[in-house]
Amino acid sequence: MNLVNEFLRKLLFLPLQASEWARQLDYLHYYVFITAMLGAWVTLATAVVFMIRFRRKHAEQSTPIVDPKPIHEAVFIGLPLVLFLSYFAIGYPQYVRLQTPPKGAIDVYVQGKKWMWKFAYPGGPNSTDVLRVPAGRPVRLLLTSRDVIHSFFVPALRMKQDALPGRYTQIWFNADLPGRYPIFCAEYCGLGHSSMLGELVVMPPAEWDEWMERERRSNQPQAQDGQPVEAEQVDLRGSLVDQGRRIAAVQGCFKCHTVDGTQHIGPTWLDLYGRTVKLENGKTLVADEAYLTRSMMEPNAEVVAGYKPVMPTYQGKLAAPDAAAITEFIKSLRTDAPTAEPQKGPIYVPVTGK
Amino acid sequence: MSPSPASSPAYQTPNYLNAVKGVGSWLTTLDHKRIGVMYLVLTVLSFFLGGVFALLLRIELVTPGPTIMDAMTYNRMFTLHGVIMIFLFMIPAIPGIFGNFFIPLMIGAQDVAFPRINLLSVYLYLAGAAIAVWGMIQGGTDTGWTFYTPYSTTTVTTVAPVLLGAFILGMGSIVTGLNFIVTVHTMRAPGVTWMRLPLFVWAMYATSVIQVLATPVLGMTLLLVAFERVFGFGIFDPARGGDPILFQHLFWFYSHPAVYIMILPAMGVVSEVVQTFSRKNMFGYKAVAFSSLGIAFVGFFVWGHHLFTSGQSTFASGVFGVLSMFVGLFTAIKVFNWTATMYQGAIQVSAPFVYFMGFLYFLVFGGLTGIALSTVSLDVHWQDTYFVVAHFHFIMVGGTIMAFLAGLHYWWPKMFGRMYSERWALAAAVLVIVGFNATFIPQFLLGNMGMPRRYYSYPEQFWPLNVASTAGASLLGLGFTIVLVYLVVSLVKGRVSGPNPWNSRGYEWNTPSPPEAQNFPETPVHDRGPHEYQDGPAAEVKHAH
Repeated sequence: MNLVNEFLRKLLFLPLQASEWARQLDYLHYYVFITAMLGAWVTLATAVVFMIRFRRKHAEQSTPIVDPKPIHEAVFIGLPLVLFLSYFAIGYPQYVRLQTPPKGAIDVYVQGKKWMWKFAYPGGPNSTDVLRVPAGRPVRLLLTSRDVIHSFFVPALRMKQDALPGRYTQIWFNADLPGRYPIFCAEYCGLGHSSMLGELVVMPPAEWDEWMERERRSNQPQAQDGQPVEAEQVDLRGSLVDQGRRIAAVQGCFKCHTVDGTQHIGPTWLDLYGRTVKLENGKTLVADEAYLTRSMMEPNAEVVAGYKPVMPTYQGKLAAPDAAAITEFIKSLRTDAPTAEPQKGPIYVPVTGK
Repeated sequence: MSPSPASSPAYQTPNYLNAVKGVGSWLTTLDHKRIGVMYLVLTVLSFFLGGVFALLLRIELVTPGPTIMDAMTYNRMFTLHGVIMIFLFMIPAIPGIFGNFFIPLMIGAQDVAFPRINLLSVYLYLAGAAIAVWGMIQGGTDTGWTFYTPYSTTTVTTVAPVLLGAFILGMGSIVTGLNFIVTVHTMRAPGVTWMRLPLFVWAMYATSVIQVLATPVLGMTLLLVAFERVFGFGIFDPARGGDPILFQHLFWFYSHPAVYIMILPAMGVVSEVVQTFSRKNMFGYKAVAFSSLGIAFVGFFVWGHHLFTSGQSTFASGVFGVLSMFVGLFTAIKVFNWTATMYQGAIQVSAPFVYFMGFLYFLVFGGLTGIALSTVSLDVHWQDTYFVVAHFHFIMVGGTIMAFLAGLHYWWPKMFGRMYSERWALAAAVLVIVGFNATFIPQFLLGNMGMPRRYYSYPEQFWPLNVASTAGASLLGLGFTIVLVYLVVSLVKGRVSGPNPWNSRGYEWNTPSPPEAQNFPETPVHDRGPHEYQDGPAAEVKHAH
């Protein structure tokens, strides 16, 4: 059975099955695939045989009138009907199972926004783009969106649920194969749609418990699991620059801004401070603290030439000290100064510009 | 018959093409045949425009990162590709060209019921197309052809002109449908009973019913989106108290039946082709005729299968899922009857028949993947991935375009009185079918792997299959170009076909090729069904006096 499963899974280019539901879904997939292929090729082979067997012998050849008996049409209707309904009879209960979370599932709030995923555990940590769950325990996701429709998609779980602005939707899963699996956004949401990537980390339960305990104990509101564990032990009361980097990661700034000079959706932060920038409206100005702060609060007022006005406002979302910390972080990014360590994000890093 | 120069007999006999001369005579014509030809020119132009965008998209996807354009351009381009192919080609092409040209010829009428409204539909098409394409290029619409809210109501790009264009195109579609319904009901010649109606007319009739009933809903929905964008009404955007899912329901209430507007005429075309080239009457005529009506009817109750992952109620998903199976069932009935029609036939494997076989193949696989998608649970994995893209293109390109090409080759001598090069036609048909498979089979597999649609960049594991798909698309593009070239060449250099080069007994062949400006000097009277080949040459058609 395992061998057959592996063979068919690879034949159909399906990713790993990280949950029992995914495995069950694939079994239905195989059943549909094999029976549909069989039906299709028998029909098409019949057509080809007829095409060869009944070739035209001369231009004016006459042919008999062959009308169907009721039994013919009954077979034509009955066979596909039985087959199709058998697909439905298996598939629909599976769908109902997916829509019915079991009691005692771990709740995770998921918020989609252009172009990142935010995860929040009630009474626990928040994170951006990385969702950590324990293997073998049911997890219920409560999804919403802050702007347009996104769709939370984990191919390894064969599972997808739209995240809608203004309401919550839910879905659940029980991942049982520890590992790291990509999360995609499946509903078109604009410029960064294809780089709205995340990662599902399925951890052995004991490890997850330990991680969660540590997160809960930590009093740092900014603590989040997007960063490697060692990094989280850095003293957050350190320099303003370190805080700025951390806040920028939490706020998802690096989705669009790079810190290494690479072109992306927004201007790079490297050497940005003090540079003379040309704006979309033809004016030029020097990127000082005031401009950098204005750009966080009113991002589309003064867009740098060559970029699209797509940045959301952080007015009311970013406290003044946080904005200051980010500004200090940007100021620290200079090619003639020791540069910041490379960005730490999911293993599926967005493909960056030329 | 030998190749003939431009001064050949085809153009000496009086026909609808040379009856009146000058550009003005075309722009003001009320002749359904000329209107059909005008649709042919316009929709084929649109098709090549949409095709160029498709190729550019495929080139962009050759590498995982940026290749030839930035993300914004890519998003605009797939919007252009979708809108042009759907609204400017798929929906109007077969009804506009073959429906206009052949419904009156098939039922023995001199014209459609409302010739002036028919001409109006061409101008609505022109106006709608011009506004939509201009709007998209000038305003850079980046919403995709589905215009999902609240994205479409909040994007910084311009959306209103393309909505207006689609609205006007919809009006054209409605009046065409209305015209055909009245024509079929009131203008059939003596002897053309409902049970002798050519199957193409049955399919067009079913299509027209959908056009008349569903298109107004699209118009209303697009207007609501425009109101929200322009006047700030809160209809779909939750930030203003609207409901984004409401848009999806309204949109698919039109756009799902719309895919049957695109495929039903194609099914009608191949019904004619398989009968002519098998020299057989349709096996199960009634089953094929009524299954068209069945698809038109059930097609109105399946729209929710686009919303399985949107959070709609589990019960609703089940109902929409099981009803969707019935569309597949009606399609299966047609497939089996077409196949059975070949039994004991006298089959001529000519270019239209090769396209028919291609159509059968693509429809079977496109249809079965559709059934798989409506299995509710499987759709949770495939929704919004390349699997859906491949399924849709199998039905639309593989189904509708194969049938369009089958019809175009079958009726080319009827429309223009000349034959194309059979050798080139066969070569191009093989190229198109192979290229199509090479383009879209990798996309099914990409969907299985989990690659979402509308992705400008993608992780590396999707790379090889994307390259394969682009390679296939280039073959497909080459194939279509060859078809265009030899068909245009045949207009000048093709040999004269004579009135009935296929010895078909379809009713439309009881006229000279090309037909005269006035279809029938005397109203024909039929005493037998179309495509009855049981007794040697076609019986003389009687004329009523």
